Amino acid sequence: MTDNEILVEVRDLKVHFPIKRGVLFDRTIGHVKAVDGVDLRIPRGKTYGLVGESGCGKSTLGRALLQLTAPTGGEVVFDGVELTTLPPARLRAMRRRMQMIFQDPMSSLDPRQNVESILTEGLQTHGIGGNRDERRAIIGAALDKVGLPRWALSRYPHEFSGGQRQRIGIARAVVLGPELIVADEPVSALDVSIQAQVVNLLDELQESLGLTYLVIAHDLAVVRHISDIVGVMYLGALVEEAPSDRLYTEPLHPYTRALMSAVPVPDPDVEDRRERILLAGDLPSPANPPAGCRFHTRCPWAQPTRCADERPVLRDIGGSRVACHWAEQIASGELRPGHAGAGATRASDGDAVPEPVSIPAPTAKADSADG
Amino acid sequence: MALLEVDDLSVTFARRGQRTVRAVDGVSFSVDTGEVVGLVGESGCGKSVTSMAIMGLLPRHPGTRIGGKAVFDGTDLLGLDDRARRDIRGRDVAMIFQDPLSSLNPVIPIGLQVTEVLARHRGMTGGAARREAAGLLDRVGIPDPNRRLKEYPHQLSGGMRQRALIAMAVACRPRLLIADEPTTALDVTIQAQILELLKELVHDSGTALVMITHDLGVVAGMCDSINVLYAGRVVETARRRPLFREPRHPYTAGLLGSVPRLDSGRGEPLNPIPGSVRDVLSWSEGCAFAPRCSRRVDACLDETPPLVRTYDGRTYRCVDPVPLPGAVPAQAGPADQPGASSPEPNEEKTRD
Repeated sequence: MTDNEILVEVRDLKVHFPIKRGVLFDRTIGHVKAVDGVDLRIPRGKTYGLVGESGCGKSTLGRALLQLTAPTGGEVVFDGVELTTLPPARLRAMRRRMQMIFQDPMSSLDPRQNVESILTEGLQTHGIGGNRDERRAIIGAALDKVGLPRWALSRYPHEFSGGQRQRIGIARAVVLGPELIVADEPVSALDVSIQAQVVNLLDELQESLGLTYLVIAHDLAVVRHISDIVGVMYLGALVEEAPSDRLYTEPLHPYTRALMSAVPVPDPDVEDRRERILLAGDLPSPANPPAGCRFHTRCPWAQPTRCADERPVLRDIGGSRVACHWAEQIASGELRPGHAGAGATRASDGDAVPEPVSIPAPTAKADSADG
Repeated sequence: MALLEVDDLSVTFARRGQRTVRAVDGVSFSVDTGEVVGLVGESGCGKSVTSMAIMGLLPRHPGTRIGGKAVFDGTDLLGLDDRARRDIRGRDVAMIFQDPLSSLNPVIPIGLQVTEVLARHRGMTGGAARREAAGLLDRVGIPDPNRRLKEYPHQLSGGMRQRALIAMAVACRPRLLIADEPTTALDVTIQAQILELLKELVHDSGTALVMITHDLGVVAGMCDSINVLYAGRVVETARRRPLFREPRHPYTAGLLGSVPRLDSGRGEPLNPIPGSVRDVLSWSEGCAFAPRCSRRVDACLDETPPLVRTYDGRTYRCVDPVPLPGAVPAQAGPADQPGASSPEPNEEKTRD
């Protein structure tokens, strides 16, 4: 892959938030390491999906990428330009090319602005369109793209349904003609029948406008559906990154496996057959992450050596990047999940020896499950 | 006789100067001991109002009208006075809510909130109640229960709070448990833990469970039978496997078609249901789903579609249901051939 094909490159990105205490003089007593050393590359015209549970730092990563939150360290290169050291005026100009879609369309749209005003604001800021008529034409085209009628212009956000509001949010991002769109939980606030409309819209826009997406979501099925590459985050770091299909058919990191096995699938046959890897306990505090591998406190495969004292780095295994010392041994079935330490519980009906891969592989077994 | 029989339940909210809202419009379903029954639908379909009405938790307001029956073990819950209802609630029938933080009292330690139930219904106090509470927390998988009993809700994580709430709900070994979106606020790995816990409770104690959710995946793994709600009415009722394999109501089929699945590939287009839940018709004018339905025919707008009951115990409310796949004649009865929009010989129609 040449550099020209990579639109965004993130190198060793860190975002640490200080924890302060004290009345008169704030003392910094520690840091929440929301993002702690992430490397990723997003190819032009592709979708990078970022998944993880709440508190894993995925939203902070998205915001730091757009420089909405100042990174503590590392670099963000957008189309060859380093953003972290860019002077504010130039950064502002760059912002036209990278836009964001937010989770909750109600709180991300000003209730006192009508749709025309919401969509014009960005155009005025960036000096696009010479006069009102020109801007109207641009806005009208954006409305068409997202499937909203022209009469929407004079309406206010509360007059729309949730799905339509999200379309307004998308129109606001698209109207500036961006190259990159960071979508933070774009569908999680919507009803299921509406989610599909918005997901399809994002797909269509990508095709017609050649957009590059960073989609941040907790819903693995949605991410799987719209992403080319998926990165899985746990406690501020990527634990696995792979092409979408590969990640779902052959998850290598124990956390990815657990995550995948936990997602309910709307198919009773799949639900009854599959074996669930239940993780013990909750996410540790990002202010005080475990030493060594951050997942070792909950990992069913945790080993007495290396896991607790050596932080694994992302390494290439057959096309995936995985941060696990024992990924190969786990994949081959050489290591079995143990009950020592963190302890994993398994679906009670599975009395047979658990298979190494937790979701049905795309073999005859999966075919019969789909039927 | 089932443990809970909800018959023609309706709830209307009238407010001065506003349109009267019929949130629940003739909902009927039943739950047997040890059975898990799902109520599925999108926001505004009336699933939560149904559960609140059964539990007697709807706010008192002269404009709120509740009709129909909810018979629990021979007693109509809707006709009870407050005192009798309080005796049943928490002892025989218990509820788990979506947001554990707002359902727990933030200024009272967890322990006191659990022992309160024990004191009210089982007359346990002091050390006995504390020991029992610790046992309950242990049962729902909260580590170090004795320490947790002294803690306040904000000191617990989201999954832990939901466990505490479940502990309170099962404290008196209720015969019926109503769970209203119990895992919606939780992460998937925690959701898996909680669902597993609920399954265990049902399995071990024979508690009947009503599972209210919008997540078809949760329903597929948990429920024995499922009621799909739309605009305040049950539009389809079926056992779990037939519902997912052969949805008959276009809304059920639409929902299944619009959910991205973990085991489907990248880029396979989803088939969304057009419009939004705001585009409804009143049921008295015809089928409420007609404005969004891809199979709409003129008959949809004539009158409320009658409830069709098939020979295998399924019901749906549609004049032109999705045909059964023709490839499986072995499973479908000879008379139950695809494409039949007229009443089939062994289907009876019930008007209501």
